[in-house]
Amino acid sequence: MKILVAVKRVVDYNVKIRVKSDQSGVDIANLKMSMNPFDEIALEEAVRLKEKGLATEVIAVSCGPTQCQETLRTALAIGADRGILVETSTELEPLGVAKILKALMDKEQPGLVILGKQAIDDDCNQTGQMLAALASCAQATFASKVELTSDHVKVIREVDGGLETLSLKLPAVVTTDLRLNEPRFVTLPNIMKAKKKTLDTLTPESLGVDVTPRIKMLKVCDPPTRSAGTKVADISALMDKLKNEAKVI
Amino acid sequence: MTALVIAEHDNQHLKPATLNAVTAAQACSSIVHVLVAGSGSKTVAEQAAQIEGVSTVLHADAPQLAHPLAEVIAAQVIELIKSAGSYTHVLFASTASGKNIAPRVAALLDTAQISDIIKVVSSDTFDRPIYAGNAIATVQSSDPVKVITVRTTGFDAASINKGAQGCEIKSLNASADSGQSTFLGQEVAVSDRPELTAAKVIVSGGRALGSSEKFNEVLTPLADKLGAALGASRAAVDAGYAPNDWQVGQTGKIVAPELYVACGISGAIQHLAGMKDSKVIVAINKDAEAPIFSVADYGLEADLFEAVPEWVKLL
Repeated sequence: MKILVAVKRVVDYNVKIRVKSDQSGVDIANLKMSMNPFDEIALEEAVRLKEKGLATEVIAVSCGPTQCQETLRTALAIGADRGILVETSTELEPLGVAKILKALMDKEQPGLVILGKQAIDDDCNQTGQMLAALASCAQATFASKVELTSDHVKVIREVDGGLETLSLKLPAVVTTDLRLNEPRFVTLPNIMKAKKKTLDTLTPESLGVDVTPRIKMLKVCDPPTRSAGTKVADISALMDKLKNEAKVI
Repeated sequence: MTALVIAEHDNQHLKPATLNAVTAAQACSSIVHVLVAGSGSKTVAEQAAQIEGVSTVLHADAPQLAHPLAEVIAAQVIELIKSAGSYTHVLFASTASGKNIAPRVAALLDTAQISDIIKVVSSDTFDRPIYAGNAIATVQSSDPVKVITVRTTGFDAASINKGAQGCEIKSLNASADSGQSTFLGQEVAVSDRPELTAAKVIVSGGRALGSSEKFNEVLTPLADKLGAALGASRAAVDAGYAPNDWQVGQTGKIVAPELYVACGISGAIQHLAGMKDSKVIVAINKDAEAPIFSVADYGLEADLFEAVPEWVKLL
């Protein structure tokens, strides 16, 4: 069984972004870029399933500009067998990415597709669910445990207030939550090996997918700032402030 | 122009997040309908009919709707939209369930979803946070049916006219089971505490608590006295001090209580993203340089293991 994993190149989670002064967007020039953390978890899960002998091949896909090759090389170093870059300079929306991944599902026929639950740049949390809809297959979002058999996958999901267990018929789409696994560190020998692995480049057009954006970004602003309040000396001073000034207790 | 809100419930009670979504829906359109899809969920439909500003409740009831599986609920929503033909907006609360189902509906309509809106600027333009709330994007959708998830902290809850007659409830035929996905079970923690996203007061702990025993021993009495829900930073959850669904932050719960008490939380941007809209923030931390103090209304530089028990005694 093949497993397809989608990986997105995003601004590193440790970097604090800045809004452009003309409000046209977020200034990401020259910032450190990394693989979206949830996608790293998705890839780790796929590689572990292959190591357990439950999958035959792990294919990593990234959609975006040429630089996504770096993200794919990281994916290959973590353990993906081959990479596919779907190259475009268009600013992609989740629906466009889902359509690209659907076209790749048709081409590669994976038993399972694993994605991160959300990207930490646009915080959309849509692509996996959209892909499942387009491919008319079952979905399990926010996975904290995945058990794969030849025709089903059992997923424990994080829901509000606890956990839920679903069984999905394959092929299926799973999106990862934070606690599914802890991704491995990439080692130098594996980085060297990754350089020899296949990385194909396709385009949305060659897959017959229209990725024209549907949503117009009118402006991007700084959020309202919250100014620091006062420091209090001790608990009784805190109690006094909460009772008499803020009036919340 | 009619807006459709998908109700969230457990077949007995309407979840409060639905009420925030109704308020957002009213800002999109003057006519608001609510869909209740469940099993044995008549009382939920009756509660929904009493929501101020809702003109029709659509009720589908069948065993395959007992658990909100994305495949079946999305099919139900699509059938309703196609048969009615008048819906311009479909709104879900941005909860685990709403986030799970909404994109499936959007993709089936070939629509680009707008996630986590915090403001309705006009019927096609919305504000939404990006980059963990470090920027606010104003976006405009040209899709004929807008599919939206609503950040509940961005909108007041619509009121319920208890005891009122309520609006009309129309029965719908339930969508068939997809046969693709089966619900096997759930483990939901039973607690007397208010739900994290609906709580007026939240006591939240970080890695400084040191263990799950200490987390409980120190924070539970304070939460009890304040009638608060318990929350945690990602570091505390990763370390196993608190359950996963207590995590407050960019990728966890987004909260905005009247009072948020952060104990031993340094205040990473991802955590601040989940709580900085709280009305009053109190931070207790030993480290004078902790970023949490930059958003706290009242900061107490102290050892939480001494300060919190002392506070409990005074309450």
